[in-house]
Amino acid sequence: MCAGHESMLPPPSPSSTRRGFLFRLGLALNAIAGVLVAIPVVGYILGPVRRAGAQAWIALGPVGDFPEGETRFAVYENPFRVAWDGPTAKVACWVRRLPDEKFQVFAVNCAHLGCPVRWFPQSRLFMCPCHGGAYYEDGSRASGPPPRGLFEYEYRVRDGQLWVRGGEIPTLSEPA
Amino acid sequence: MKLLGPAARWIEERAGIGAALAPALTHAVPRSTASWWYVFGSATLALFMLQIATGICLALVYVPAADQAYQSLEYLNYQAPFGWYLRAVHFWGSNAMVMVMTLHMIQVFLFGAHKYPRELTWIVGVLLFACTLGMAFTGQILRWDQDAYWGLGIGASIAARSPVIGEAVVHALLGGPIIAGRTLSRFFSVHVFLIPGILIGLIGLHLWLVLRLGINEWPMPGRAVDRDTYRQRYEEEVHRDGVPFFPVAARKDMIGMAVVILAVLAAAAVFGPHGPRGVPDPTIIDTVPRPDFYFLSLFALFALLPPWTETVLLLAGPPLAIGLLLILPFVAGTGEKSWRRRPVSVLAVILIVLIVTTLAGLGVKAPWSPVMNAWSGLPTPVAYVLGRTPLELQGALVLQNKQCRNCHSLGGEGGLRGPALDDVATRMTRDQLIHQVLQGGGNMPAYGKNLSPAEVTALVAFMQTMRPAGEPPARPPVDPVPPTR
Repeated sequence: MCAGHESMLPPPSPSSTRRGFLFRLGLALNAIAGVLVAIPVVGYILGPVRRAGAQAWIALGPVGDFPEGETRFAVYENPFRVAWDGPTAKVACWVRRLPDEKFQVFAVNCAHLGCPVRWFPQSRLFMCPCHGGAYYEDGSRASGPPPRGLFEYEYRVRDGQLWVRGGEIPTLSEPA
Repeated sequence: MKLLGPAARWIEERAGIGAALAPALTHAVPRSTASWWYVFGSATLALFMLQIATGICLALVYVPAADQAYQSLEYLNYQAPFGWYLRAVHFWGSNAMVMVMTLHMIQVFLFGAHKYPRELTWIVGVLLFACTLGMAFTGQILRWDQDAYWGLGIGASIAARSPVIGEAVVHALLGGPIIAGRTLSRFFSVHVFLIPGILIGLIGLHLWLVLRLGINEWPMPGRAVDRDTYRQRYEEEVHRDGVPFFPVAARKDMIGMAVVILAVLAAAAVFGPHGPRGVPDPTIIDTVPRPDFYFLSLFALFALLPPWTETVLLLAGPPLAIGLLLILPFVAGTGEKSWRRRPVSVLAVILIVLIVTTLAGLGVKAPWSPVMNAWSGLPTPVAYVLGRTPLELQGALVLQNKQCRNCHSLGGEGGLRGPALDDVATRMTRDQLIHQVLQGGGNMPAYGKNLSPAEVTALVAFMQTMRPAGEPPARPPVDPVPPTR
């Protein structure tokens, strides 16, 4: 900074309380404005977090669609879908029918890192194409890296329909 | 200046941009730095500019909505004039940017450029590297195909492993409780606005630091960095043996920039765009999701880590790796710069490169994944069924029908997850085979409940024929200690 420029600045004096007040007021007003902008922005970005635990009951179809002793592929529509979801509004699961209207409804997502497991009725195994996880027909871990068995949906039978509670991606922190 | 037209002179007289930039362009740099080893940084910058140009073009057509993104990519591929080519350039440009940036990082590390006084330059560079990987991941999500969908599933599954906040992180990442329309919009915004903005700011800071502190000189063995003398010695070297950056050093940079751009253009023309690979319909589970090349090594790591280490390494690994890079200049900020006097650094680079490339190579092959259609698609080698008894032939059928070949190969074809079965009879006796099939173990599922006794008998009879001619069958293990009374 050159000397000539410096000489143009007003000399600091204790009597400049009005200038000091204006400067501090400017800081304070901008801080308030910043906070008022930040509240809706942060709330907006973290908005989806508040929907934690969002799940709903969805009908998978008549109980008769799932023959006893078999494991069938079933598809439901995400209950929290938006109009522009397209194909991603669909969710897949595996329905295993046991005797006496008992079911096991498995998430399609591998318990390791979420890839879609496939059912092989001949060997009665679920196999994952990503990292080689395998599960028995009851969903328990058979081999590979998964830390646990397949995720199971809560289900109930009402008026001849099989219902599951879903709408959230099943992961280790929220196992369906 | 004489070549400038009247219009340019008119602008320059008022704006003074040329006069402002001239000192930066012609500043003196050590003669040793006018080297081909110093071109990777500017080449990375050139690729970034190429990414911006092609990215803006793609955004003119691409629809960042989950129900139409895939169709808009197909439109780019097949209908928009040059659409396929711009997609290809953006894809190969991103590959090249990650690779050239890695080369740049290795070069500056081996030349000791992270040492005093350029610690901050290195730190900003590490952040640039992290942001570029962020661009790579978000970019592959925008391809909105099956790889993108299941790649997000993997990302969410990793995030979900964080203690306590796992679920909240997943929801924030996906923009909702599940991968859907809001997820794509989120990643579009991050890929197109947020990270590029950060990148541009950090690149400006990076270049400012290079100009302010001077480009790292060619390191001489024995000339250690000392905080008290380094800057004075650098000034002296530049004064004694400096050359103007433009054009002496810049001409090699210019050639480097042109070469990488031309290489990307050529790769794009020859190999074309990547994907999209299949509609992102999560009910199409007949899919084999694979990451782009920059994440192949991580993909391999996920399959190979012992399960009990996995959660800790998945969560702590990436921050730890970035953290180590960030604190590097603080633990090794002075001393020898030359790679000739830094054997540990050279070994570390070699080791890391070997680990990453080996894992990536494994990731391409994915030997840990079952081959989902091996059982129904591959023929049983003729030699293994010639002259076999009906029981053994029955066993060959069981082996095929029960999906054994999804994990075990015959004649070099089939899964690689379990051992090849071509010579299994030389390794295991009849009793051991039965035990292994029924009980499983050693990472093999137990088939006890899924095979009838007749099927087990046939399967084991077939496997007992599986040994090369002239090799004896396995013998029952003999107790090495004779029983004593």
